[in-house]
Amino acid sequence: MAVAPSKARTLWLTLVVVFLNASGDLSLTLGMKGIPGTMSVNPANYIRAMFHVRVALGIVLLILWLLTRMALFSWADLSFVVPVTAMGYVLAALLGHFYLGETVTPANWIGTFLIFFGTAFVGTTKPKTTDCVRVLP
Amino acid sequence: MKWALLSIIVVATVLGDLLQSYEMKRSGEQAVDARGLAKLLRLIVSRRYLFLSIVAMAISFFAFMALVQIAPLSFAVPASAATFVLETLLAKLVLKEQVGPRRAAGALLVLGGVVLLAR
Repeated sequence: MAVAPSKARTLWLTLVVVFLNASGDLSLTLGMKGIPGTMSVNPANYIRAMFHVRVALGIVLLILWLLTRMALFSWADLSFVVPVTAMGYVLAALLGHFYLGETVTPANWIGTFLIFFGTAFVGTTKPKTTDCVRVLP
Repeated sequence: MKWALLSIIVVATVLGDLLQSYEMKRSGEQAVDARGLAKLLRLIVSRRYLFLSIVAMAISFFAFMALVQIAPLSFAVPASAATFVLETLLAKLVLKEQVGPRRAAGALLVLGGVVLLAR
């Protein structure tokens, strides 16, 4: 069913997309780190890895990320979605710092603030400026 | 080799996002409840450009995996962030989106932030 999303709903969906991406990546990373040995080009290794709980959870979260991002593309412009969802980089850095104990340098923090302000800049614009342009057959 | 992989990542990411945005604009606003998500899954197999966008995303993902095996993450992440600027430009030129000064400045700030975040 078609819905007419408000800006608040669009920003809410953006947060969901960012959260699903960051948590999916984190779950996949933790899962892959828990698998002994290194992965080779053998596809069987990857299929076996999918049965690891955290890897499977990561895949489910990333499938949900793909679908919600598709919905977001139907609500907002590409030039709105791409910079705004870059907030995921900030979330990933924060999760890496506080959850995985990774080091965050001063340059990283400046980068975090730049992304935050860039996202805020784009976030203040109208999410959707065009409907459908037929450019492909 | 790393520049070839980087080119593949940038081209595949930009193509994937451009096609996905194009098809989703054409499909109208989609709901995000269980029914809506099931409909989106069906759309992937019924819309050729949407399917192609998923293929492009997969190519970008595997090229990125290959790139981080031969180059540091501090190169791979900021270099592939070039997609922000390219996608903003193509959104204006191809999808006819209105990219004003605030949106353009925001995309550039995000690009700078990603470069610093990966250092």
